[in-house]
Amino acid sequence: MANTKEVRKQIASIKGTQKITSAMEMVAASKMKKTQDNMLKGRPYSLKIKDVIAHIASANSEYPHPFYEERSAKKACFIVVSSDKGLCGGLNINLFKQVIAKSAELHEQGVESCFALIGSKAPGFFKSIGAQVIAVAEKLGDKPDPDDLIGLTKVVLDMHKNGDIDQAYLCSNSFVNTMTQQPNVEQLVPLTPAEQDDSISTQWDYIYEPEAKELLDGLLTRYIESLIYQAVVENNACEQAAKMIAMKSATDNAGDLIKELELLYNNVRQAAITQELSEIVGGAAAV
Amino acid sequence: MSTIKINIVSSNEEIYSGEATMVYATGSLGELGIAPGHTPLLTGLAAGPVRVQNGSEEEAFFCSGGFLEIQPDLVTVLSDTAERADSLDEAEAIKAKESAEQDLANKDATLDYAKAAAQLAEAVARLKTIQKLRKNQ
Repeated sequence: MANTKEVRKQIASIKGTQKITSAMEMVAASKMKKTQDNMLKGRPYSLKIKDVIAHIASANSEYPHPFYEERSAKKACFIVVSSDKGLCGGLNINLFKQVIAKSAELHEQGVESCFALIGSKAPGFFKSIGAQVIAVAEKLGDKPDPDDLIGLTKVVLDMHKNGDIDQAYLCSNSFVNTMTQQPNVEQLVPLTPAEQDDSISTQWDYIYEPEAKELLDGLLTRYIESLIYQAVVENNACEQAAKMIAMKSATDNAGDLIKELELLYNNVRQAAITQELSEIVGGAAAV
Repeated sequence: MSTIKINIVSSNEEIYSGEATMVYATGSLGELGIAPGHTPLLTGLAAGPVRVQNGSEEEAFFCSGGFLEIQPDLVTVLSDTAERADSLDEAEAIKAKESAEQDLANKDATLDYAKAAAQLAEAVARLKTIQKLRKNQ
């Protein structure tokens, strides 16, 4: 039977761990608020640019942009958004699983995959399975700067322009609520034409200043950048929420363990006392 | 008086949303005056002020570049970064301009010339916005 000293030591160590996890829970909770604010702040821009893109799609543009062109797919690129740090439950792994499933599905159709990775957790995973990684952007911090993502976006879009890839997918977690984060894989390029805005008739086109090509190139690139940025910010909010939940359950589990160990400790202590008593009684009887 | 809806957003926040009788912006090919019922137009934005007039009230914003979309009843400014003109700091702007000019003057191999020129253009546009705002007061 375990002796009291051993059990006491174990309880102390679990209490220490519990303190750490509960502190991490509180840190995550306060960061979650900030990251959620960031997510909401970025939304107006992405909504407005979506509106503009929808208007453009419904206009009879003189210049059909290559991002709308459906090509026979030979190679696809997955842009995977992951967290920079771990200890956030199954957040990253659930997403990676979905990405791998989608990639396998495309593989059956004869489409190869390559990966552009955001966040420190994704490169570790995708390199370990021997995937082709074309770009990495990591250590973006809690307040990502849109500028940090431009390089990665450019690599992907340039490959699309040169015909090296025919499709691009954006894979990230979407924030449903604090308890639920939904891994998502959505098609980025070719752009699926947005639903037509019925309030605007279809027989018109913009005046472009300067050239349509130049403007649409810039605007659509900006649109894709904004989608990726929004995904990163949202994934950040997901990370903090998942971390908070993971740390909360770790704290709770530590509490349960401590309770069990304390029960064991008392049992052991009582058994020791009983044994000592019976030894004394036995000793007295012998005398 | 007829009005046109205007939304100004930058990549990390919503700057302004409201009605206007007239909007002035700095397009990449020159100044634009936008009245309600303007024909659909899509243009790039140069660094400079965007002024929103509603009746006798006027608000000014500084945009460092981006895109401008006009529909007959709607103006959307997709700015890279935008700020309210009254939060612009003239001393800061002058300092930025001077340091950008200095960078340009001692061109060495490590300096990214295009970047420095863009910084200078932005600082100058900021100053112009401030000065214009002063005149109107």
